Parts: sequence; C-alpha cells; structure tokens
Amino acid sequence: MPNHPTAQSAQLPNPPTSIIGQRVPKLDAMDKATGRAEYGHDLHLPGMLYGKIMYSGVPHARIVSIDVSRAKKLRGVKAVLTGADNFAHKFGYGADNTPLKRDKIRTRRDEVAAVAAVDEETAEEALELIQVEYAPLPTLFDPVAALAEGAPLVHEDKKNNLFTRYDYSHGDAERAFDSADVIVEGEFQLPYVAHGAMETAFALASFDLQGRLTLWSTTQIPFLLQRDLSEALGIPGRDIRVIQPAIGGAFGRGLDVYPFEPIAALLAKAAGKPVRIAFTREEEFIANAARQPALIQARSAAKRDGTLWAREARMVLDAGAYVSWGAVTPLVMMETTASLYRVPHVKFVADVVYTNNLPTGAMRGYGNPQSTFYVETQMDQLAEKLGMDPVEFRLKNANVPNSETPQGLKITSCGLRECITEAAERIGWERRKANDEGRKAQENVGHPSSVVRRGFGIACTLNVGGGARIYRSDGCGATVKVDDFGRVTLVTGSTEIGQGSETALAQIVAEALGVLIEDITVINSDTSIKPWDVGTHASRTTFIAGNAAWLAAKDANRQILAAAAQALGVAPDVLESRDRMIRAKNDANKTIAFDKVVRGMHYREGGVVVIGAGWYDPPTKLVDKDTYKGNISAAYGFGAQAAEIEVDMETGKVRVLKIVAAHDLGRAINPMYVEGQIEGGIQMGVGYALTEELLVREGRVLNPTLLDYRMPTALDMPQIETVIVETADPEGPFGAKGVGEMGGTPTAPAIANALYDAIGVRMYQVPMTAERVLKAIREKYESS
Amino acid sequence: MSRHHITLTVNGDAHDLDVDARRTLLDVLRDELELRGTHLGCGTGDCGACTVLLDGEPVASCLVLAPDADGREIVTVEGLLKNGEPHAVQQALVAHGGIQCGYCTPGVVVSSVALLNKNPHPTESEVREAIAGNLCRCTGYHKIVEAILDVGNA
Repeated sequence: MPNHPTAQSAQLPNPPTSIIGQRVPKLDAMDKATGRAEYGHDLHLPGMLYGKIMYSGVPHARIVSIDVSRAKKLRGVKAVLTGADNFAHKFGYGADNTPLKRDKIRTRRDEVAAVAAVDEETAEEALELIQVEYAPLPTLFDPVAALAEGAPLVHEDKKNNLFTRYDYSHGDAERAFDSADVIVEGEFQLPYVAHGAMETAFALASFDLQGRLTLWSTTQIPFLLQRDLSEALGIPGRDIRVIQPAIGGAFGRGLDVYPFEPIAALLAKAAGKPVRIAFTREEEFIANAARQPALIQARSAAKRDGTLWAREARMVLDAGAYVSWGAVTPLVMMETTASLYRVPHVKFVADVVYTNNLPTGAMRGYGNPQSTFYVETQMDQLAEKLGMDPVEFRLKNANVPNSETPQGLKITSCGLRECITEAAERIGWERRKANDEGRKAQENVGHPSSVVRRGFGIACTLNVGGGARIYRSDGCGATVKVDDFGRVTLVTGSTEIGQGSETALAQIVAEALGVLIEDITVINSDTSIKPWDVGTHASRTTFIAGNAAWLAAKDANRQILAAAAQALGVAPDVLESRDRMIRAKNDANKTIAFDKVVRGMHYREGGVVVIGAGWYDPPTKLVDKDTYKGNISAAYGFGAQAAEIEVDMETGKVRVLKIVAAHDLGRAINPMYVEGQIEGGIQMGVGYALTEELLVREGRVLNPTLLDYRMPTALDMPQIETVIVETADPEGPFGAKGVGEMGGTPTAPAIANALYDAIGVRMYQVPMTAERVLKAIREKYESS
Repeated sequence: MSRHHITLTVNGDAHDLDVDARRTLLDVLRDELELRGTHLGCGTGDCGACTVLLDGEPVASCLVLAPDADGREIVTVEGLLKNGEPHAVQQALVAHGGIQCGYCTPGVVVSSVALLNKNPHPTESEVREAIAGNLCRCTGYHKIVEAILDVGNA
C-alpha cells in the first residue's frame, strides 16, 4: 500500500457520475433541525455536580491569602479548590500556566478558586463567600511597553517579557526598498476578536474507581488534549478518555487546553462525582483565548512596470499573560507576507509578548486575517501609485501553478488568477472606474456632493490547503468496517465542529466502496474508539482525514473484491463495485450483491472480519527552526473576494451590498458545504471589517455580551455569490484542498479597499465602525 | 425561595409543575421536561438559540420566568413534527445546507415557523427581519434565508 495516495489512487471516473461533487445534506442535519442532536450542555450524569470558577478580577498581583472556609460550609457545596490544593504541573504551549493560580495573578481572568456544588446557584453563592487578599504589582497592558528594558516581569522565571521573536527574510529587503520605484507604508492596528461560537465552552469530567478520567469536551484536539491534560493533572494519558458530543461551533477556540478543563477534572476528583463546567456567555468572552491583536508596521514596494518587489513587516503581538498556540500565528502571518503573490524580497519580524492582558490564541485563519489586511491594503496602494488597475496589478503578480516560493512553499495546483478574474467580472469591476472618477471629482470640489457613495474593492488570500505540519506529525488514522447488511462504519480520528467533515468523509468512503451515502455511519467522537489524529485545525480535515478514509475504504474494498472474485470465479481486477453491487466489467452475468459478499466472508470456516485501515501523513516538512523555510503544507488554497459597498457620508455607516467570493479549493467533494464554509467565513470577515472588537482596557473586557460585541445578523449580511474554482490538486482526495478558514480572510481588506474607492479614505484599523469612518471623512474634507 | 405551582401546555401536553420562582421557562423546558432541543446561548435574550412559541409568538425562553408562563401554550422545536414528519422549514434547512454546528438551528426553525404561520409567502427582507434575533456564527445566513424562502414559495 503506498504511503501517499496520488492522483491515480483517488481519481474520478470520467464522466464523473459519483457521489463526489454532490450536494449531500449533512448527515446529522435532521437531528440538529429537530432538536435531537446532543451537545455537551445537554449531558446529564447521575450525581452530576456544577462547577464554577472564581476569576481574580485584578490584573497583576501576589496572592496574600485565600479564605474558603465559609464557602466550604455552604450547604450543597461538595468541593472547593484553590491553587494551594492542586499540583503545580505547568501546561500549555509555553508551559507557563497552571489550572488554579497559587502565588501570583497575571491577568484579571486568572483562575483563583473553583467550586463544585449541587446546582449552579449554590456554586455561584459559594464563590461569593471566598475571600482573597491581593498585593498589587505594577501592570503591563501595552505590549510595546512590556518590551522595554526594566519592565516588570509577567513571569519571574523568564528574563524578559518577550516570549519569542520570529525573524524571517528572503532576498534582500533592505536594498530592495532602495531600488524600488514606488513604496507605500503604514501602521496597522488589528483588534481582539472573539470566536463567538453559539454553544459556550464545556467540560464534563468523571473519574471511575480505577482513577481513569472521562472528559466530555468541546475540544478540537481530542488526542492532544489527552496529552495536555496528562501534563496538567499528572496522570497518564492512557487513563484519559476524551468524548466529543455534538459541538456547537469552535472556530479555533478548541485548539488549546484551557484551565477550566483540568479544573473540572480536579473538582470531579475532589468531590468523587462527575462535574460539569459550562461557560456563561460572559466567560466565553473573557476566559477563552481570543484572536490576537496586532500592531503592524509595514511597507511594500514595486517596480514601475508593475512587478511586486518587496515587503517588510514588523509586528508586535500581544500574547497576554500565558502563551497558547496563538503564539505560533506568526508562522501564518509570515506565509502571507512572504508568499501571497510573487515577491522577491521580504523581511518579517514578529515579537510575541507577555502582558497582563487576556491570553490570546488560535482563531479561524490563525494570523491570516491580520496579515492579509495589511498585505492587501498595500497591494491596492501600490496599484494606485503605479497608476495600475488593482485587478491588473494582482493578476500580474499572482502565484502560479507548479512553482516554489522563496519561502519554500511548493505550490502545485493554483487557481489564483482565475479567482481574481471571476471575482472582478462578477462584481462588475468595470463600474469601479466610473466610480473612481466620480469620487475624484468630489475631492476636487473639496466636499462630498452625494450622501451615499458606492465603492468596489478586491483582495486575495493564500491558505494552507493540504494540512500544516506544525507538530512532528500531521497524520490522521481511519478504519472502515463493513457488516453483514452492507452497513459501512467509518471510524475517523478527525473532529467535527459543524463544518460537515463527517459528510465529506462519508462521500469519499461511499465512492471508494461503491455503496450509497445512506449506508455510511461515521464515528468520530471518542478517543477510546477512534484512531489518532492531530486535530481539526489549519483547514486540514477534508484533505488529511479524507485521504486516510480513502485509504481505509480501499483497503476494505480490496478484501471484499478478493472474496467476490472467488465467489464469481473471476480475477479481482476485472471487478468493480457500484450501487451496492459488484460486477465483472467484462461479463454482465457475473454480479453479486455487496452485502452478500460480506456475509460470505463471515459465514464460513476460517471467516474474517471485514475491516480496512488507513493512515495518512502528508509529504511535508516542519519549517526550519532558524529560517522558517520549508513546505509546511501538501497543497495551498487560494481565493479572491470582491466587495461592493455603500458609505453614508453623513453617518459613516458602511453597508456591504455584495461579496463575490471565488476560491480555489481543488475540488468540491460537497459544493453545498464548501459554500457553507465560505459564506460563514464571509460573515466573520464582515464582522472583522465593520463591527467586531473585543474592547480590552487595562486587561478588562468592556463588552462581554452578544449585545455589545456585534456579530453580523441576517440583516447585516450582504448578498453572497460563491464561485468554486476547481484545479484538481494532485495530492488531495479527488483533487480536494482545504477550505475551512480562507472564506473569512480577504473579506475585510476587500471592504477596506472598497471604502477607499468610495470615499478616498484609507483605514488602517478594523473594525471600520461608523464612528471611525465618519471621523476619517471629516478629517479628509475638513482639512482639504 | 418561593415556589409556584404552574400548568404549562407544551407541544400539546399539559404539565403540572412546582417551580422555583427564579426558574426561567428555558430551565423548565430543558431540566424538568427534558426538551433539550431548546438551547441556552447567552441567557440574556441576545442570541435567540432558546426561541420557543409562547401562545404562537416567538420569545426568548431564557427571558421568561416560568411562573409567567403559567396557563399558556408553548411549542418547542420538538413539537413541530407532525406524525413523525419534520416541518417543511426543518426539511428545507436540511436540504439547503442551512445547518452547520446546528446550535442556533432550533431557534431559527421556531422563528421561521412563526413568520410563515402569519405570512406564508414572505419576501427576503421579511425573512431576514424575522431571523435577525437568531445569531448564527457558522453559515452567514445565506442558506438559511434560501431555505425559508423556498418554503414560502412552495
């Protein structure tokens, strides 16, 4: 069996008549539509207790004393824990966090105590009875100030507050700016953004009498969570089972272990009863790891002939008090900086800094929304300085198939040019020119003459589409079992968080075995059953888990065809399996039902179990630890989005009328759910562009409610036209590449570029709220 | 804490209940009646995941105190099936791919049914208005709106 499936191993019959490419409804959709799906919040175990966490509320302090005596006496309280009770095992990406804090508080959301009680009200009441005395320490809320010599230390065991510096270069950026014809520069400010999953984070911990832990969790990384919990709790990973019920959205939230998960386990251990912790909506805003805010100083340069020449970005990323996997987002930011479009000279420096702010982490796009915002803004600015149309400038410098970027990304399939062309044509790009002239005429008279101005903008994206090797393995396992009645069970290591992966994987298995989609059951929710997988991140599941499922199904198919060949008295290689029947290609009389073959394999002497196994780990490398170069992904996805917007000159309000999203995702296994990923991404992108900002002042979240943190509603969303550009990737299952993240990445810069087209104002900060836009309009027209 | 004796008619069945005065209708539906298709998303009426019909009107059940629902008629997402057949809105959301993580879906279904009961052939802007109180973080609403319009056009 080859280690890596190739185009030959997962190609479609021609013409394609299969389940691949069909708009198959999500397998669990009817359960979800009728209220039958069971989420973590719906679980109930006998004797289950309710856990609640007390947060410090102070940003930086020594804990002088904690008095839990009154809380312990409250009727219905079954366990009270503080940092003094639990082990000091450190966990997390930076090994810098503990479940409950023992001596020192580093952020207002630091966990100081936890209670398990018979109901939520009692647990909350108990928290109010806990007395903590703090001795305040000097605070650090500005990451730039945190880098200054002599700044107070967030972690005393480290020599300064710089967690890590990423320093990347190719070509010679310094000299390139000297030899460039046009240069643009700016300072960009990107905010904290919340995942905003509709189901809040959840953990239910239960120990058996042998001391083994079962944790029901909203995690995206069940197997890494085993390891992380093992570190945090000091128990062996083999004694930890993670079960994932239906998960009500995640978007990167579940990529880390958070303190509440080991806390749930510690409470369960202490109380001798199962303990659930379900975040309130407020906790969801303050106690998850939000998208990192970024301060980016950037410049870009081009040659007079329109050749993109150089980019330089220096950024400061606020990790907050503890680093998580969010600390690795510069790898993605650097990829966009170095490899979106062909750019010969690049310098990229990112400092990940400890402060007393909220810990930040992974969120859909993983650094890409931040870096694409500055890259695509500067692409527009360069085009303007060159006197080139922004579409033409992008087309001229676009990535091309079968090329290697100076960073070492091996781009195989690439439809970026097609994406740009499709997006521009379908938005009606030619209208932009007339629009542009109209705006300039207004600027010449020094005031806006119409109340509502219209604008058009475009922006592109590059995203890993064939996994991302950020761990030593980027692998996923799968098994496919076939039973007597032709029911096929795929057990996949991958994690479903709503994106529809189980349906795409079922389509792949149905195609491989020649059975129907309704014959497939997918099991993906229990570490004690499913094979290992890295987790759902980096848009990897269809590509990686899809290839693993394909290999497992083909393994089972091989066994079944061999048995069928025996039954029919033909060679296995003349057989094909379609529509639950196995037939000889060369003899219409030689047919046998798929399930009958399987029964025959069971009901005989020397029978066998019909089960196939597959493991897929893509042919990629960890990036070099010094140069950050290397082919991190087995395929790359591309996209272009064009926006048509209106700006109200009197209020500054931006209304997005339409987004055309053209994305190269290799091949759509299920176009309906590909569109769903892109449309949902656009919604996050519209929020990023216009309304979403977690307001953090002195480490405190000012807007931790869904009323004050504005996610787009159905009324806020534009018309969306999705164009699927298919390039048939040679390594992807049936040519597919990942699509999970990129839908939301180019939206905000496309809108910002449209805003410039509409009113001639450049925004270097998102969200572009009405207040900020109005201020910019006033500055422009009052100063001219 | 005072307790109240109340009668709720939920999905056609009458229930006599003895509830704590602080309990919301959502608490009672989920914890007492085990109708867990109605979801808690925020507890402050901002997200719409807990939407149910109260005397035919869509309400955020997290904002209704259980004693205030005494004697009234409630329909939850589970109550929309007729003889085991899902409601047209449920079928359309499935067919159009308007469901991803699904956590908001029961609320979206109930709001949509409330709209279609009053206005069987809504326009797109009426549909968007009707579900504006139901936050969805996955879909961008595009396929949800398509699905509801499809039911209206049938």
